[in-house]
Amino acid sequence: MAQVRMGFLVDTSRCIGCRACQVACKAWNHLDADKTVEKGSYENPADLTPNLYNRIRFLESADAGGNVKWLFMNERCVHCGDAGCMKVCPAPGALHRTKEGIVVFDKEKCISCKYCVSACPFNIPRYGADDKVTKCHLCFDRVGAGRIPACAYACPTQTLQFGGRDALIAKAKGAGKKLYGENALEGLGVVYALEEKPEVYGLPENPSIPTSIFLWKDVVRPLGILGFWGSVAAVVVHYVTFGSRQLEEDEKGKGGDAHG
Amino acid sequence: MTNHWIDIKNADVILIMGANPAENHPVAFRWIQRAKDNGAKILCVDPRFTRSAAKADIYAPLRSGTDIAFLGGMIRHILENRLYHQEYVAKYTNASYLVGPDFQMPGDLAGLFSGYDKKKGKYDKKTWAYQKGPDEVIRKDETLKDPRSVFQLMRKHYSRYTPDLVSSITGTPKETLLKVYEVYGSTGKPDRSGTELYAMGWTQHTVGTQNIRAMSIIQLLLGNVGVAGGGINALRGESNVQGSTDHGLLFHILPGYLAVPSADLPTLEKYVEKYTPKTKEAQSANWWGNRNKYITSYLKAIYGAKATKENDFGYAWLPKNDPGVNSSWLMIFDNMFRGKYKGFFAWGQNPACSGSNAGKVRKALEQLEWMVTVNLFDNETASFWKGPGVDPSKVNTEVFFLPAAASFEKEGSVTNSGRWAQWRTAAVKPLGQSRPDSEIMNDLFFRLKALYAKEGGAYPDPLVNLTWNYGYRQLDGTVRSVDIHAVAKEINGYFVDNVEEKPKPGEPPPKEKKFVGKKGELAGSFALLQADGTTTSGNWLYCQSYNEKGNLMARRGKKDPTGLGLFSDWSWAWPVNRRILYNRASVDLSGKPYLVKKAVIYWNANAVLPDGKLGKWEGDVPDGGWPPMGNEKDGKKPFIMRADGVASVFGPGLADGPFPEHYEPLECPIQENLMSKQLTNPASKKFADGGLPEDVYASCDTRFPYVATTYRVTEHWQTGVLSRNVPWLLELQPRLFVEMGLELAKEKRIRNGDMVEVASARGKVDAVAIVTPRFRPFKVAGGTVHQVGLPWCFGWFTPGVGESANLLTPTAGDANTMIPETKAFMVNVKARG
Repeated sequence: MAQVRMGFLVDTSRCIGCRACQVACKAWNHLDADKTVEKGSYENPADLTPNLYNRIRFLESADAGGNVKWLFMNERCVHCGDAGCMKVCPAPGALHRTKEGIVVFDKEKCISCKYCVSACPFNIPRYGADDKVTKCHLCFDRVGAGRIPACAYACPTQTLQFGGRDALIAKAKGAGKKLYGENALEGLGVVYALEEKPEVYGLPENPSIPTSIFLWKDVVRPLGILGFWGSVAAVVVHYVTFGSRQLEEDEKGKGGDAHG
Repeated sequence: MTNHWIDIKNADVILIMGANPAENHPVAFRWIQRAKDNGAKILCVDPRFTRSAAKADIYAPLRSGTDIAFLGGMIRHILENRLYHQEYVAKYTNASYLVGPDFQMPGDLAGLFSGYDKKKGKYDKKTWAYQKGPDEVIRKDETLKDPRSVFQLMRKHYSRYTPDLVSSITGTPKETLLKVYEVYGSTGKPDRSGTELYAMGWTQHTVGTQNIRAMSIIQLLLGNVGVAGGGINALRGESNVQGSTDHGLLFHILPGYLAVPSADLPTLEKYVEKYTPKTKEAQSANWWGNRNKYITSYLKAIYGAKATKENDFGYAWLPKNDPGVNSSWLMIFDNMFRGKYKGFFAWGQNPACSGSNAGKVRKALEQLEWMVTVNLFDNETASFWKGPGVDPSKVNTEVFFLPAAASFEKEGSVTNSGRWAQWRTAAVKPLGQSRPDSEIMNDLFFRLKALYAKEGGAYPDPLVNLTWNYGYRQLDGTVRSVDIHAVAKEINGYFVDNVEEKPKPGEPPPKEKKFVGKKGELAGSFALLQADGTTTSGNWLYCQSYNEKGNLMARRGKKDPTGLGLFSDWSWAWPVNRRILYNRASVDLSGKPYLVKKAVIYWNANAVLPDGKLGKWEGDVPDGGWPPMGNEKDGKKPFIMRADGVASVFGPGLADGPFPEHYEPLECPIQENLMSKQLTNPASKKFADGGLPEDVYASCDTRFPYVATTYRVTEHWQTGVLSRNVPWLLELQPRLFVEMGLELAKEKRIRNGDMVEVASARGKVDAVAIVTPRFRPFKVAGGTVHQVGLPWCFGWFTPGVGESANLLTPTAGDANTMIPETKAFMVNVKARG
């Protein structure tokens, strides 16, 4: 029997923005603090960082009558069923899926190409000082040992519910929740129950993998990893021919898609 | 809390006012969510739109310091629309009592109650007394129709609190006000319950006590006290502040809420006479009638064999206040500032940041000869001598720093807001030279004792006569290390002699001697404590917590037979493991629960007791085992800690009036109180008369036009001494900010993220502006009043985080408790160039 796909149901209506999830993640994963600046918001750090795998977004708005809404949303890797990052990653095993369906990274195998960054519809992967990929891995080490992810363990209001994906979805649907990510990209591993439209939370209405990625996946990658090394060889030739300065400019100008 | 955390899930309506549990009690919010899952409505009343407000069904903004106006309007609404619980009000409160003919109220006396002495700034409460018959029994009218009844006086008093007037004072839109009143008022139906969650948002005002009393009146009118999902619930801001208060943290109470004696009570007899209430009311248990047993057992606990009947059990050794002298926090630092203290222990506290008017506090520290700080980390208090603007060469205070162990590094009990004393074991060993507080105190005791022995000194008796049986003694008589179980057992108490059971009046003596307890046994409950020196108890309220059955605080039973979340086998709650206080008020006169589906207790009339008698209570531990009140011979009234057995809608014991009345904060934005001619609380202490330049106030002063309040944030704890040392938490909230509305920011040309200066009459701080629609201008008295708010968790000791918001707050205290008014004061804000 196939292993049950595990995941999160994030019920934003229950979130109180306490950010125990942010801190618990750092504690379990031994992540350093980022030096942050108060810029006029409770939302800090202002973005995911190599040391921050999940964070709460604070979204406030007011209508003409001054009635305020303050929404809290847990931002993290959503562990797509059809994961652009995995699809595009040229380094075998650097991004792979566990038997529970979690998309995890392996820094040892990452070759710092950053293709995953452009392939992610949710702008999740980050590269730190070591130039290796990081992102939420749903505490696969804890999950593998039968425990729930650190963030969910710390969550006081059961906003982050971890378990068998199908069961979580069925329960949420039974409670009449509006779901995001049930079917997109072969189903997200992190499904949201939202109070507002996805755009309000900065989530793409219909998430999809950037089209340039299909070129990689469908045309280049079938050639096998040899294709990648071919590209590397081309770069080396380029370097020998034109020297380092021009290579840097070339890289800068074309960005990560240069080899795609 | 009258109830407890888990019980919040049983509420039909939750009023969050004076608290912000989503941010300051996030773990507890799970029970609020649980109530919501069950269909409860959440109401949040707060000057700013908080993370709690974000989860509420209705949010009502109100100007800081106007809670009594808001609640007074609710009392009026409940009375006018007959939403109250008639039987409960008539039988279980003093609403039926008749008040004397000379009592007058603010509506007729320009904002004052009768008996005000302007010169003394105090009330003579003589006219507030009840009418009594020749038998000394209070005269009553249970139909509640007599114009001198508390009920009718209350109706008259609050008839002035019309929605329009309340809205004009509080700035709460009238329709929002009425929505809140309507939803909360719905809990007056006997089968519904509503709970109130408050914290420092209510206490830290010059009318703090009356804020809570106003809500207590509402809860009593609606029959919400004693029931599941009801009560008045103070959310404590520290994990063990309930325990500290129970054990005598405050200046005016000894452990177990026994009054600190004053010098005009020279003997134990005089003390007992003054503090033991007497009553002629029928069916009143008057539990405080046992005061003599508790004070005697306390004296026996601390002075042991040295406490004898002949020496008044050592009563003379207890420290005493001078009559009428107030030794509260504000007074300590006022006296320190005036050079009246030589030394000071800042034990587990950081007054240089936490104290209201922190600038004055910091200067006060400079007047000391010595200061000992006991803490986990160096902080603004320990290092005050090198703080901003201080020249270390001019400070003569000698400072000692003793590193303390964190709570995870030591064993002992922690009492939560719901009165659960929960035993914890040490998770890790203390780091470096840090030690548990008990070990530091142990050392201190024996060193002081040795010094007295060596050098003598004035009046060593109170110290050298203390018992100290907390572990094995070394050859020199000292205790090497404190056995915390021995401390817990002393708090519980022992029999120091055999105590025989006395025959009940009219019954023959038993053939065989029966014992209430035998010498050396731990006492099983405070009902067994004696006034003759045969028992000890360090805190009668905790008697039972650690008895011959073991350490009940360490229990971890998970049974919940009622489904209400009482979890009676989990830890232990004072008193006698009662989980919901005043639970005898949750049933009618026959013992039948008002809320059948959420029955806390009920009278099982058919139960057969071992002695053959019929009837017993089922469910939670009742407030005494007597039969229900309907049994006129043996039944008792439900509020057993009140001398008259009922709850006090009318509170003649308070310093500032028997009914809560709206007064403006000491610093306020309007010239006149719209409710009366009396602007501020007439009975609160005025430090302005003390002549210190530090004690300045600015009311209706164009230099400080905006209302300000202070608060905590989820991400930091207290003054931040712990959390500012955790980089992960500093990452979340990196520095001091000030929140303000879009309109004010526009007026002051401040953009979100700008550095601004916030100044009061006493000090100023730099803060980053958070410009947000969560703050809105209030329509008050026909004009616009802006409010700002800032957290008080920062201080100069941590580089780059900004200063303490308490540099802005005033030295002003509540009329009854002297808690500082840090939740409503006046400031200016301006953009930094």
